[in-house]
This record gives sequence, structure tokens and C-alpha cells, in this order.
Amino acid sequence: MKNTKHLPLQISRRRLALALLATCAAFTTHPVQAQSDLSSGAVFSRGPSFEQRDGKSLYENICQGCHMPDAKGAVGAGHYPALAGNTNLATPLYPAAIVLKGLRSMPAFSDELDDEQIAQVVNYVRSHFGNKYKDTITAAKVKSLRPAK
Amino acid sequence: MSSSESPSTLTRRELLTLIGSIAGSSASYTAMAGMGLTTPSNYNGPIKLDGNPKGASVLILGAGLAGMVAAYELRKVGYKVQVLEYNNRAGGRNWTLRGGDSYTELGGITQKCEFDKGLYINPGPWRIPHHHHGVLDYCRRFGVALEPYVPVNYNAFVHSTQAFGGKPQRFREIQSDYQGQVAELLAKATQQHKLDELVTKEDQEMLLESLKDWGALDERHAYAPGRESSERRGYEKPPAGGLSAVPVYSKNIIPFGPLLHSHMWSAIGAGQNYEMQTMLFQPVGGMDQIGTAFKSQVNDLIQYNAKVTQIKQEPNKVTVTYIDSVKGGEPRTATADWCLCTIPLSVLSQIEINVGDDMQAAINAVPYAASTKVGLQFKRRFWEEDEHIYGGITYTDLPIRVIAYPNTGYHSAGKGVLLGGYMFGPNAFEFTSLAPADRVRKAVEYGAQIHPQYKTEFENGIAVAWHRVPWTLGCLGVWSDERRAEHYQNLCQIDGRILLAGEHASYIPGWQEGAVLSSLDAITRLHQRVVA
Repeated sequence: MKNTKHLPLQISRRRLALALLATCAAFTTHPVQAQSDLSSGAVFSRGPSFEQRDGKSLYENICQGCHMPDAKGAVGAGHYPALAGNTNLATPLYPAAIVLKGLRSMPAFSDELDDEQIAQVVNYVRSHFGNKYKDTITAAKVKSLRPAK
Repeated sequence: MSSSESPSTLTRRELLTLIGSIAGSSASYTAMAGMGLTTPSNYNGPIKLDGNPKGASVLILGAGLAGMVAAYELRKVGYKVQVLEYNNRAGGRNWTLRGGDSYTELGGITQKCEFDKGLYINPGPWRIPHHHHGVLDYCRRFGVALEPYVPVNYNAFVHSTQAFGGKPQRFREIQSDYQGQVAELLAKATQQHKLDELVTKEDQEMLLESLKDWGALDERHAYAPGRESSERRGYEKPPAGGLSAVPVYSKNIIPFGPLLHSHMWSAIGAGQNYEMQTMLFQPVGGMDQIGTAFKSQVNDLIQYNAKVTQIKQEPNKVTVTYIDSVKGGEPRTATADWCLCTIPLSVLSQIEINVGDDMQAAINAVPYAASTKVGLQFKRRFWEEDEHIYGGITYTDLPIRVIAYPNTGYHSAGKGVLLGGYMFGPNAFEFTSLAPADRVRKAVEYGAQIHPQYKTEFENGIAVAWHRVPWTLGCLGVWSDERRAEHYQNLCQIDGRILLAGEHASYIPGWQEGAVLSSLDAITRLHQRVVA
């Protein structure tokens, strides 16, 4: 399952990198396991997909890059919305759909995250940073949001 | 119309139009190139804008390369030009960090660059292919000195944590051994008549001869220890002078199976890509020498620290509202007949702008890539002193992905700066998520697996994660074929009095050439409309 998923992704990642700057994806070994970190809680994925599994790790290795460690977002020439106290999180379907499909300049993560990872990170965000939603989303529900193949 | 002309006979123009309408503009372009109607670049020398704009005014948003190209060229032909720029400097992603510079990313963390005098890192673009005629021509016109950028260094490393016990291999050996053994295999298949159905007898002789040449095979068509293979992969003891001159051939050819499974073959083609084929250049002293040269032409037109908050067009003018990006305060406005907006779509998609639905959809359609670069200063240029690596790139499967060596200042005494990591994809997101000091620390830890000297020689570093860059919120616009088909034309059309330019409005995303060519294309169309 994992391997059949990786192949087309690897190609698209490679094409992307070629189109971009033709260096970084020039060399990827088969994903074996996430690079065990040398001195912190950071996790580095080996392949074209993210390898963090739990909501906290997914947030801290992906989302906080833009939405910030405190989930309060940031403002520059444009802004990244806060996820803390964000009323758009009232239904888990909304953040799940955005993680899957992207929104404006936010990339889609449908290729790089599986259904379970998306459920995990959505549930994490909706129950942390002052957000106190009790309901959760399942991987099956996330799957139903993906376009039919 | 001649009645004798067959209705099936198409004129060349009709044929091109037909091809273009069926297959899109790139197909039309390919067809045109095939018919000898165009050159491989759509840069045809300095732009010629004929006709008098009669005092028309243009408000340009963004003083990156796209914005400054337009400002420079439009003023020259008589437009009234003003430029609004979010930063307190010109150049945009054309950017160099040197000792003494400081940089504050989104989230508020400030890094101070502590490199020694003369040392730098280019967080954005860092190389110019020889066929990026637009960028190169502006370098020529403005006197920006260039030096070679080294895309491939045979003496740099290929490194995998999963192969050869994690020991870095020389690019030269991987390249030679892979090519040599593929050639030998094909030669054997030919000699054993396994290709008889595919290749004629006469062609087989030529094929064998070419494989010998291409793969450095010996007389028996074997890639084996000896003069031929040593001339490619290097010697155990290279030819020298005097009594100790006799060379010893290399015996350590990497067996084919382990070589295949190492995946290292995937690192040796980088320099064969069109964009990485020699010759490439870098400006002497840092990529921002280009932005600085443009700035010296148009600085008087640029209003710095201007954060655009609204772009509003009316039938006869465009009004842009902006606030001071540092001090805030009361909104101010600027007005012109036309507006050329080069603001990255990541930012523009958040700004109120009254364009048509098609252009708005295009503005909203393009995600921005994560990318991270880390610059590291070391006490000495150990890669040159210890390992004889002069410029070029080492490839690794570690999260840092590459180590790129400075293509300048060879043998200089004192300190040196490496590009200690350049990531896209998941690793770029993961590095972005770290605090800047941790990005540097991780780059050092990982790099030390390839160069143990890191442990004693590292001094300081700086890390730029492009999603955290306040004025771009990302590295570059990522187009897919589907997005291009649906939105690209709509993005590039003139919408009333507004048009867009930048790398995002090009087929060369992430390259300065895309910004330059899109700007020239946009102002050409704008000028045609103004003087019509």
C-alpha cells in the first residue's frame, strides 16, 4: 500500500523539482523510515511523503512553519491565519478539506499526507491552542472528502 | 482570394494558429521553432517600445526584478512611473545576506548574519543559466560582473545513509562506474546476439565502438581496472613526475548490483538538465548585484516600506492604498492610469483588488512552495584544503539534500561559507517549522556526516525558510499542467487597467528569467494598448 502510493508521488515530486531548480530531488533513496533526529523532537521525512503520524508531531513539523508554534498565525505583506480561536474550525470538515485541497497560496497536502494523518492533525488543532472541540474526524471521513478516483 | 488555391492549403500563419488552438501555445511555439520562425528564447535583445505614451502613468507594485525591469524600460520611453515596495530595500527575492545584515522572519525571530567580510549567501536565486538571455543582457547592459557557477563537480560527493556504510562517494566514481557497467552490459548483450532483432549487424558494430568510447571499456569491451577506466574514475596512484611517476590503476570499481541499489545514479544527471547545462553564471559578490544595478537606475521612483492594502480600478485610473509597513499609521494612496502588479500571488490573493472573476480565480489558484536554505561559515575552506572540492555540489539523501561549495574565492586564506542545505518538499516544511537557530544546528549535525570537519570548524550560520519570509510567504508559485490550462492565460491578460508580472506569470517559475521575461511581455502589451 505504502509503496504503490509512493511511486507516482516520487515522479511528481521529481518533475516539480526539475521545473523548479533541478537540484534537490535529484537524489532520493527509497523511503525507509523517518530520519531519526539527532538532538530534538524534529522528524525529517525520507521520501516525498510526510512520515510523522500523530497530530502533535504533524503540527510541529509542518503546520507551525506558517501558522506558528502558538497557532496564532503571523502578519507580513500578507498573513497566515491564526488557528487558535479560529471559528472556521467549528466543523472538522473545513480544515480537513483545506489540508487536502489547499487554499490560495497554501499548498494541498493530499499527496503528502494520508487520511489518517490528516484526521490526526485536524483533531489535534481542534483540541489544542485554546480550541476545545470535542468531536473528531475519522480517516474514513477524510477519505470521503478526496475526489473519487 | 485565388480560386485556384485549394481550400486544404493552409498558410503558415493559419497552420500555426490551428496548432496553437488545438494544442496550446507551447505546441505552437514548438512548431514555430521547427519552422525556423523563432529563436529558442523569447528574449530578442533590448525591448523596443515604439510610439509615444503621451504622459501616461504606470504604478508598479513591487521592486523586485519584474517591477524594476518595467520601471526602467517604461520611464525610458516617457511614462510617468512610480513604484511601491513593501521592503526597505529593492530586489525582492534577488537577495544576498552578508556579515552585518539582519533578517527578521514571520514569527518575529531576528537572525544576525555573522559572516566575515566578503562572505555571503544567496537565500533566493543563486545561478544564471547561459540561455537566460534576458537576465544576462541586463547584466551586460548594467555592467554586473559575472563569474562561473559550477553545476557539476566530479570531485564532490554523492552520499547516501543507505549505501556503502554511509561513506560519501566521489561523483566521478559513481558516474564512471555506472556508465561503464551499463555500457559493458549493453556490449555483452550485443555480442551475445541478444539485440539482433533490434539492431542491424552494421549498426551493432557501430554500437560496440560507441559503447567502448562512451563507457571507457577496454579492448575486450569490459569496464575493468586499467587505463581506460582509470582515466574516468581516477587512479589509485595518479601519473606523476620523476622516479615516482608510474601510475597505479584504480582497482576499486563499485560492483554493479550495490551501485544500482545505492540509488546514487539518480544524482549524476543533474548537470544534464537544460537549466543546469554549462555554462552557468553568478554575479561576482552576490546575486543582489543585479538588484543593486537596477536600483541605481530606478531608485528615485521607489517608495519603500509601502504595504499595499487595496488595488482599485475605475474607468480612467487605478488607485492603490498602502500603509507604512514599519510604522503603520494612516493609509495613503497612489494613483495612475495603469497598474503593473508584481506582488507574489501568495500576498496578492489576500489583497482587495477589483479584477474580473477569471483573473481573481487565477490569483487564488497558485500555491507557494516551501524551500529552505542554510548558509554556514567555517574557520577554513576545508573542502578545498582537505578534499580538493572547488565549487559545485555534493548530493545526499540526508534532510539537507545538498552541500554547495562557494564558486569563488578559491584558496583564499581565512574563513569560508557553504550552502549547508537547500530543501524542497517535506524536508523544507520540516526545516521551516524549526526555529532558525535549530535549522542551522540541524544542518551542521547532518553535514558533519559527510564532512567530519564540521565538528571543529563550524562558526555560525543563517537560515532562510521561504514560507517565513514576510514579503513572499513562500518560495515560488507552483503551477501544475491543470492549473496552467485553467488559469495561466487569465493571469496574464490585461484586466481593465491592471496587469500582472513576476516569476508566477511565466513558464520559468522560480527563476529570475521568468520575472524578467514576464515583465517585458506585460509592458509590451501594455504599451501597445496605450499607444493604440
